Amino acid sequence: MEDILNAFVLLSNFVLIPALAYGSQLALGALGVTLVYGILRFSNFAHGEIMSFGAMSAILVMWGFQASGVSIAPLPTVLLALPFGILATIAMLLIVDRSVFRYYRKKRAAPVILLIASAGVMFFLNGLVRFIIGPDDQRVVDGERFIIRVREFKQMTGLDQGLALKTSQGISVLAAIVCVGLLFWFLNHTRSGKSMRAYSDNEDLALLSGVNPDRVVLYAWILAGSLAAIAGTLYGLDKSYKPFTFLQLLLPIFAAAIVGGIGSPIGATVGGFVIAFSEVTVTYAYKRFLAYMVPDSWAPEGLAQLLSTDYKFAVSFMILVIVLIVRPTGIFSGKTL
Amino acid sequence: MKFLKLAAVAAAMGGLSTAAAAEDIKIGVLLGFTGPIESTVADMAPGAELAMKEVNDAGGLLGGMMVTPVRGDSTCIDSAAATASAERLITSDGVKAIVGGDCSGVTTAVLNNVAKPNGIVMISPSATSPALSTIEDNGLFFRTAPSDARQGVIVAEILKEKGISEIAITYTNNDYGKGLADAIDTNFQKKGGTVTINVPHEDGKGDYTAEVGALAAAGGEVLVVAGYVDQGGRGIVQSSVDTGAFDTFYFPDGMVSPQLAANHGSDIDGSFGANPGTDSPGASTYSEMAEAAGFKAGPFSAESYDAAALIMLAMEAAKSAESNDLKGKIMDVANAPGEKIFPGQLGKALEIIRGGGDVDYVGGSAVELIGSGESAGNYREVAFENGELVVVGFR
Repeated sequence: MEDILNAFVLLSNFVLIPALAYGSQLALGALGVTLVYGILRFSNFAHGEIMSFGAMSAILVMWGFQASGVSIAPLPTVLLALPFGILATIAMLLIVDRSVFRYYRKKRAAPVILLIASAGVMFFLNGLVRFIIGPDDQRVVDGERFIIRVREFKQMTGLDQGLALKTSQGISVLAAIVCVGLLFWFLNHTRSGKSMRAYSDNEDLALLSGVNPDRVVLYAWILAGSLAAIAGTLYGLDKSYKPFTFLQLLLPIFAAAIVGGIGSPIGATVGGFVIAFSEVTVTYAYKRFLAYMVPDSWAPEGLAQLLSTDYKFAVSFMILVIVLIVRPTGIFSGKTL
Repeated sequence: MKFLKLAAVAAAMGGLSTAAAAEDIKIGVLLGFTGPIESTVADMAPGAELAMKEVNDAGGLLGGMMVTPVRGDSTCIDSAAATASAERLITSDGVKAIVGGDCSGVTTAVLNNVAKPNGIVMISPSATSPALSTIEDNGLFFRTAPSDARQGVIVAEILKEKGISEIAITYTNNDYGKGLADAIDTNFQKKGGTVTINVPHEDGKGDYTAEVGALAAAGGEVLVVAGYVDQGGRGIVQSSVDTGAFDTFYFPDGMVSPQLAANHGSDIDGSFGANPGTDSPGASTYSEMAEAAGFKAGPFSAESYDAAALIMLAMEAAKSAESNDLKGKIMDVANAPGEKIFPGQLGKALEIIRGGGDVDYVGGSAVELIGSGESAGNYREVAFENGELVVVGFR
């Protein structure tokens, strides 16, 4: 019995908890991508950098708070700065929309042109962020870093294996639940949310029914900006903030959105967790886990690892390819909100 | 710098007017003035030039000839650019020998493509790849930096002395990391230890939980992190500490830094490591000289001074500035027997050589050339206690 408990704790420590936190961050990112796709009808490659911009803004404000001694310990100070990060991101997005995307929208340009324009925005934002905050690692964490520490857990339970639960992981999961809940409530129960869904479902019909397209686009950017800033800040809080990592994050985020069905918010949420869990479970070495679960004589010599951790990002690629071949619309048949 | 050059040129001119045959000797300084190690080179090049100035102030070489440094950019990573710079130094500027290159890749390229065909001696202050120990060099290549193969031996010794029998290794995925990890792996196994896993990690990622998961599954008493302190190495250590996968680490040269203690605090108490360093009196003398000359005795700065000094002492010993004559003298002036020479004593060393005596150059980095002409290497052993880096010894 104790072996099974040990095995479960081991798996939780290295697979379940990290994947749950990572999945929450991916889900928040994928929701933003899906919203922009549903309303503005293009794949926004700049989304990773928008997350980076949001996190950067929050960090800059956080430094201000730290310098003036404001803190909400034991919670990390960056949470207090997050609303300012969200506002800055929304403001930046509205400026970008005015100066870049609106032009192509008015010309009714093909989605691929908007996509290329978004790649341009991506490079611009990437440069801007590095210009402002520099390319180095920034530490975001302060306050109490752990909810459960490995050593305390071992003492508490008397098990061989320890379990760590970081504050940032707890916050990530909680924030994802709250954000997804609020988003669904907004889309399903408010007038603005309904007009967004109508616009996404059938643009012409929505326009005929008196939906103001500029309004809808504005809401879409506000929602996407808020989600991106939250996702970026949580990712930075959980790992560490480094401008270059957000370019790498783009692939799993798009994979999550497409696997779930692009344009479908529930799909994006589920997709985020599917991608996160596949990445982590496929690259985890099960040697110790199996050693607890099976009789000693069966215990594996090797690492019992399906794929080397170098291939972590290849996992999202593989899932992406498989989904596009087998079920191109994704799990929840996307295309509309 | 400009002043230095002017001074050297002026001195050479002055020499010209009095001693008819005196001309100056040019020595190339081929380092990465641009590129990934430009901040380090900012302290290396002045080191090499300081040695030349010292010799000039003491009356020059070979009966009053002045030494002039000529800079060339190796870029550290672009072999084609480094080769072109070296070509220019030798054919157009007419340098007699080269201090450089800096990074292992460009050094190999310059040695093979330029130095060897032209018969020019190169002394690298900072190339540490084990591959350079066995390279076919016609006796022209030396280095005042130790090979990473040597570090592998040191690491294995330290681990064994601590009574550790099982280690896991992770390295940054490049030539440096791979070479070092393999050296540690072979040497530790030779000493009867077990290496449970030896895997690379990529720098610049946000999350290292998966890598640490694999390392933890393989297990081991100590995790050897052959990475960079501000890159993947930090993520690996942080993630290991957070998940409780490892709590004791061994840190090779790329990781040992006060930054490490600042990053992880008392989480890494009980961990240990070693990086190049010496308690020889030369090191502190050199650092004072560097400060007086207006630069820091940073990483590989003393090695650069020593590289330039060795070239000039060998020229005096060979009674010729030509590479083919001086290459055979470098080991003689660098090693015992003879009078020990510390930084600031180059004039005295030249006197001794002129008088037919023998010198044992020690310099700022305690030079002792072994094998095909590379530094034996002096390492500073450190430990982490109460969230601080403490030096525990030298070997």
